[in-house]
Amino acid sequence: MATATAHHGAHPTGISRWLFTTNHKDIGTLYLWLALILFFVGGAMALVIRAELFEPGMQIVDPHFFNQMTTMHALIMVFGVVMPAFVGFANWQIPMMIGAPDMALPRMNNWSFWILPFAFVLLSSTLFMQDQGGAPSAGWTLYPPLTIQGGIGTDFAILSIHMLGISSVLGAINVIATILNMRAPGMTLMKMPLFVWTWLITAFLLLAVMPVFAGAVTMLLTDRHFGTSFFDAAGGGDPLLFQHIFWFFGHPEVYILILPAFGIVSQIIPTFARKPLFGYNSMVYATASIAFLSFVVWAHHMFTVGLPLAGELFFMYATMLIAVPTGVKVFNWITTMWRGSMTFETPMLFAVAFVFLFTIGGLSGLMLAIVPADFQYHDTYFVVAHFHYVLVSGAIFAILGGAYYWLPKWTGHMYNETLGKWHFWLTVIGFNIAFFPQHFLGLAGMPRRIPDYALQFTEFNQWSTVGAFLLGFAQLLFLYLVVQTIRSGKKASTQVWDGAKGLEWTLPSPPPYHTFATAPKVK
Amino acid sequence: MARKKDIRQNNKRLVQKLAVVALAMFGFGFAMVPLYDVFCEITGINGKTGRVDAQAAAASKVDKSRTVTVEFTGHTSSGLPWEFKPLRKKIDVHPGQTVVVKYYARNMSDEAIIGQAVPSVTPGQAAEHFNKVECFCFSQQKLAPGEVKEMPVQFVVNPGLPRGVRTITLSYAFFNMDKASAKKYGAKGDRASNRNHRHQVKADPVVASGG
Ligand code: HEM
Ligand SMILES: [Cu+2]
Repeated sequence: MATATAHHGAHPTGISRWLFTTNHKDIGTLYLWLALILFFVGGAMALVIRAELFEPGMQIVDPHFFNQMTTMHALIMVFGVVMPAFVGFANWQIPMMIGAPDMALPRMNNWSFWILPFAFVLLSSTLFMQDQGGAPSAGWTLYPPLTIQGGIGTDFAILSIHMLGISSVLGAINVIATILNMRAPGMTLMKMPLFVWTWLITAFLLLAVMPVFAGAVTMLLTDRHFGTSFFDAAGGGDPLLFQHIFWFFGHPEVYILILPAFGIVSQIIPTFARKPLFGYNSMVYATASIAFLSFVVWAHHMFTVGLPLAGELFFMYATMLIAVPTGVKVFNWITTMWRGSMTFETPMLFAVAFVFLFTIGGLSGLMLAIVPADFQYHDTYFVVAHFHYVLVSGAIFAILGGAYYWLPKWTGHMYNETLGKWHFWLTVIGFNIAFFPQHFLGLAGMPRRIPDYALQFTEFNQWSTVGAFLLGFAQLLFLYLVVQTIRSGKKASTQVWDGAKGLEWTLPSPPPYHTFATAPKVK
Repeated sequence: MARKKDIRQNNKRLVQKLAVVALAMFGFGFAMVPLYDVFCEITGINGKTGRVDAQAAAASKVDKSRTVTVEFTGHTSSGLPWEFKPLRKKIDVHPGQTVVVKYYARNMSDEAIIGQAVPSVTPGQAAEHFNKVECFCFSQQKLAPGEVKEMPVQFVVNPGLPRGVRTITLSYAFFNMDKASAKKYGAKGDRASNRNHRHQVKADPVVASGG
């Protein structure tokens, strides 16, 4: 230990500590801060959208800028908030949970992170190029022909997607190598905490689909500038082909956005129910089968493009099949809580809200999976409501819950529980006011990605806007709370939560810069 | 220490394997292009029509017991300043019967323009039974300033057409082949000109339209 300290004693300080760090805890922190900053950037864009939609007619922005906002909001939230936040959790937690001294490939880890800020600066810079067409505006799904026609923003988006792809693939390789090669003796695969399992499977999904996405946008780029016609009907291409390639990536991508959330919730609930996770094995198998099935359901995003009947049926049933392992998970979380001695600290509040609200999102997903119903719902606000229930009250709630859960461990300080509870309640209430009415809007036929709407939709839109602002401003409370915890929170104990189990809780809070330099023994 | 070295070795080997997977998946994205073409050709579900030669068309048996209505439509994409329409809106045919209809095109601009028509047939399950013998979409069409052209389509509906199909719609989208000129006449976008189109060089219609 003494030699180790001497050897690693001289860390650089200040900015170069963060630029050159190969330490998993530092890199985890960097990812989490990046995600938090972009959370506010993407959130501000959402509020521009909601402000415009407060009333019918055009009020605040012009339609082209509105489209830039919807596109950028989605790209930033998906690739800049949820994914980096999960990678941040992975960096902090995976080595501490499996008893490893660091990630398997620390230098690559540094690189994976530092690509990201540049990618997002590139992407966002397009907002300041309004004369050349501004930011990408064809929707986060980047469908041609619009993306083939668009201005310079699309090129910047393609380039930044290439960078994000490289970052994600490197990150995924690192996670897989860490989990497969760096576990402490005795930490068998089936003893790993569920968060580690979900990340292992997520990493394989990333490895399989990010390169496909990179290929798809490369084809867009060559169609735009180098005279190919992959998607351009005039030259013999087919725009529908892009949709197939995109959703072959896109559907596994939505599971990339939710599996680590499943993992986080599976850590939190047993802690506060003071019972071991019910059905650990079935949780692992359910996660794996969700990941496997996610490769054969992509065309449920394309039911209305004119698929043959056999195709519609196949993708409908395959999609519904995913609800089975998902149901297993929900069942196991509820059973874990059943007759537990539960307490409701902030992380648990977010986890319980996750189980409840994510399930609502899953149910609206099942409605969308019914082909004849989807002909009615497709491209309406019903879809918008669906994916915000799975992504905000799913992924984001799990991230917030996980942040509260591990913040005392990471910072060594307890957060302010009263403020945490305020944050939780404002967030859930704001969220539901914002997104529940969107179900009704969609059923009544309001199309998505439209800056103006028919009069009869006004009232629900006003509810939605009010809720969105409540939800958005409540997050400032979270920012304040995090800063307060780092600077002045009460000292946290090693155990932090009396029901918490796992290797990370055997380390002091905060853990020293290097942990598990000698591997712990796992019984 | 021995353990540390082992881990390094293992990591290196694993990373190599995973990198190969990532590269293979990048390739797979591109492989989906021809796979998609092949799949659509086999199943005929992409509205792409078949092609037969005149002999085969003449040899096919006419099924007098059935009549199918074939409807014609067409439009130009923005960027092609042509008037373009079918000369008759529909025709009743027996499966197996070879028929010729004509489309009308007029160049409304004062320069020569080359266009390419891309056909599509609905309903999808009729596409593979809709065989063309001759079509203006088999090659590019060049119209001088103000030139008018009547362009024939010769086709035969295969008797194998599913019984339930009574109406078939043949539709053409006409594109300006020169991107710079297309832009001048109103097409959006800022693409480079399409010198090296993926399929453009081949006159074969199935390929020329087979996306
Ligand atoms: C039981 C599980 C689920 C089912 C059956 C399901 C089904 C569907 C269907 C059929 C659509 C297409 C709707 C349309 O465009 O007409 C859709 C859209 C979507 N789903 Fe889900 N879904 C499920 C879970 C999830 C999860 C867990 C996520 C992400 C965390 C998610 C994210 C999305 C997104 C982002 C879209 C919209 C994509 C877009 O067009 O922009 N879904 N879902
Ligand atoms: Cu999907």
